[in-house]
Amino acid sequence: MEMKKTPLYDTHVKMGGKMVEFGGWLMPVQYSGIIEEHQAVRSAAGLFDVSHMGEVEITGKGALALIQKLITNNAAKLNIGKAIYSPMCYETGGIVDDLLIYRLEEDKYWLVVNAGNKDKDVDWIRRHQTKDAQVADISAKVGQIALQGPKAQDILELLTKTELASLPYYHFAQIPVAGIEALVSRTGYTGEDGFEIYGAAEKIKFLWEEILRAGQPLGLLPAGLGARDTLRFEARLPLYGHELSADITPLEAGLSIFVDWEKPDFIGRDVLLQQKAAGISRRLAGFVMKDRGIARAGFQIEKDGLLIGEVTSGSYAPTLQQNLGLGYVKKEEASIGNEIMVVIRGKRLRAEIIKTPFYKRGQNK
Amino acid sequence: MNSNEVKYTREHEWIKVEGKLARIGITDYAQKSLGDVVFVELPDLDRELKAGEVMGVVESVKAVSDIYAPCTGRVITVNEALLDSPELINQDPFGDGWMVEVELDGLDEELLSAQEYEELVKEEAE
Repeated sequence: MEMKKTPLYDTHVKMGGKMVEFGGWLMPVQYSGIIEEHQAVRSAAGLFDVSHMGEVEITGKGALALIQKLITNNAAKLNIGKAIYSPMCYETGGIVDDLLIYRLEEDKYWLVVNAGNKDKDVDWIRRHQTKDAQVADISAKVGQIALQGPKAQDILELLTKTELASLPYYHFAQIPVAGIEALVSRTGYTGEDGFEIYGAAEKIKFLWEEILRAGQPLGLLPAGLGARDTLRFEARLPLYGHELSADITPLEAGLSIFVDWEKPDFIGRDVLLQQKAAGISRRLAGFVMKDRGIARAGFQIEKDGLLIGEVTSGSYAPTLQQNLGLGYVKKEEASIGNEIMVVIRGKRLRAEIIKTPFYKRGQNK
Repeated sequence: MNSNEVKYTREHEWIKVEGKLARIGITDYAQKSLGDVVFVELPDLDRELKAGEVMGVVESVKAVSDIYAPCTGRVITVNEALLDSPELINQDPFGDGWMVEVELDGLDEELLSAQEYEELVKEEAE
């Protein structure tokens, strides 16, 4: 299969990005180094190409009703200029994808979905489409870059006249950035303050270069998917294919706050309600390695010689300087302080369940 | 160090032989391909290594990679500094980032010269 390339592919190669395959796309996994880029985002800022993400535009009188049927969160709360996060479920309660929903106009919404899930998502959305809602896959026309870190606002304000302090978390504005029409959203996937900036695909290269130029004196580094993963991992933000899948429900994934039970109907509601009443049998938990070793996705978790779960993500955590992991474990073994064993290359190594998120901005100093 | 004394494996280890003693590590190309090294697992002291077998593991943030023994022999020293400072492998792969010292019993027959290894790296980089 031919790998897909974002509008920034040539820029990444020219700037020394190390290109790898991710979800069918050729993306930079790192520039200067994952740890250096990670630390830049925690202390100053990092710039990520996330143009591989999919954008689905839903318009028409029936747009809201369609979205309400598809997602577990409540899009009726969305004023124009606001965004929400939500899982999208199958009838079984398993997760199709997790996404952001933006309300751009009265009857115009954007769903921003994971790159590797985009085609599946579009099929799923179209299967539930009604006559009064139009669904358009606009992914190829839209580029996206993420400017993340405590200096993100200072950097972006060098390129726009809009005062960004008044733009709250999960709000967005359609404003020019470096003279380019952009949708600037105060959202992100790193656990830091920052922005996700959408623009026409053919303008993204210019935006990328302008933001880098403006931000470099303030410590901005171009960053790759490697740092994006360690940053989201420390902040316990789930990654589809790891913490989320068709076999996992939002309740098990710790995403209950994104399930609105007041909503009379959405796909998966019946099963999720039953699971809520009966109680979940496993849940996502975080752990720290006590013995020397790094837990990786797919490794088994044991307690007293019995299999109690599986690792979904594991890494050296650059901010916390510990080897940490996330995984699904039996609910009765998921309490904080419980000692578990992770099987690493045939060896049983000690780990302890700890509180998540591992990293919360302003709380780990 | 005269690079002619050093031999290489196709799996990107180097071995420097001085009489009955050999020092082993991974190459600069290997550390660059891995990225930031964050964990190293080294063989136990006195382990009898066989050429070609897995003798340890090196992990970067994203990748897990086996280390293969380029020789047969007994492990007499391991570089314990790597346990707390695995980044030494990135900083100085041929120097402070060395991994183990072995009392040599025999070299792997497939080892490459510096020039042969350079060609291999060129091919892989393409």
